[in-house]
Amino acid sequence: MIFEVFRQERKGQPFQHAGSLDAPDEHFAEIYAREQYGRRQESVALWLVPRASLHEIDDFPDEFDLKYRRVDGYSIKARLREARERAGTLQG
Amino acid sequence: MDTRTQEFLEYVQGGGQVETADWMPDDYRTRLVKFIEMHANSELMGVLPERDWILRAPTLQRKLALTAKIQDEVGHAQLIYRVVADLGKPRSACLDDLVSGKAKFHNVFHYPTKTWGDVGVIAWLVDAAAIVSQKALLKCSYAPYARIMKKICWEESFHILHGRDVILALVTGTEEQFELVQEALDRWWEPLMHFHGNPIPADEDPMYVWRIKSQANEDARQQFLDGYVPQIRELGLEIPDSALRRDEESGRWLYTEPDWDRLRAVVTGHGPASEERLAFRRLSREQVAWVENVVLAEAA
Repeated sequence: MIFEVFRQERKGQPFQHAGSLDAPDEHFAEIYAREQYGRRQESVALWLVPRASLHEIDDFPDEFDLKYRRVDGYSIKARLREARERAGTLQG
Repeated sequence: MDTRTQEFLEYVQGGGQVETADWMPDDYRTRLVKFIEMHANSELMGVLPERDWILRAPTLQRKLALTAKIQDEVGHAQLIYRVVADLGKPRSACLDDLVSGKAKFHNVFHYPTKTWGDVGVIAWLVDAAAIVSQKALLKCSYAPYARIMKKICWEESFHILHGRDVILALVTGTEEQFELVQEALDRWWEPLMHFHGNPIPADEDPMYVWRIKSQANEDARQQFLDGYVPQIRELGLEIPDSALRRDEESGRWLYTEPDWDRLRAVVTGHGPASEERLAFRRLSREQVAWVENVVLAEAA
């Protein structure tokens, strides 16, 4: 069984993917994970997840171009200039 | 080259990284497997010269440190074989190819260790040369390998310090101890100069073209010389190459061209300790086969 290993370096930090290991069952997976990813106190916690249990999503289509949800959807430069001109606060 | 491969090439050359499930050209996958497999083999074979010294290490502290280092390196081999397995070649197939002599491992692990001085030089300078290559692999276009390298580099920095400590203890000891280091350096200088490979230009090196490696062989060697020649010389040790000097104008190190044919011979299994090391690996593989059987039977 392949297990994906996620490790947390310090309390409060996100768990990050560290690598994987191959173990015949969960018992051995724990032993191997402690040995390979935590034997020098480099982790405060590990998550072991059987690879088969991961559900990956890796496509995020943007068919409708929903850029009003993002900062690049707002181009304020020209309007800001106009507003400043009108208010007499435009510099340089 | 088809369009898809061309796009892939541009992607990795632009700094893009690839995950296991992503499409990749066959040539990329083949080279990746070969390169990473050799790295795993080297971690595994690299413990053998050091294993010889566990019982002979001069103090209990040194025995413990050496044992820890060996444990790290076997651990690195496990992590790296896992990366190779996800690319399609299982660990057992890698081990088969290793013991049959079909697969390669790094040149420096084909040499014997004559004295405790050799152990110090390996732990300090061979590991230093290795870390130059390994740091460059943090930018490898194959992301799972790059991620694993983070952990490996972190542990290697402890190894270098351990090696430097061994060397410092010897060079501050008796005349005889100092000589052990000088003699070991004389023996190891050529393998160290071979370590980063022949000076093939980056653009002609497929490993660089695919951005599996992020630097040319010669750049790695120059970086090693920059970092370590001053550290070797400040201890009063003499590097056995009278031509070695830094050209002030170009900032590059000049040196006597190493014998590249010898490097080829060594890595194809004709080094002074190649046969003995492979025989030992073969023997231990046979001897521990029962452990694998028991573990798998228990889990089933």
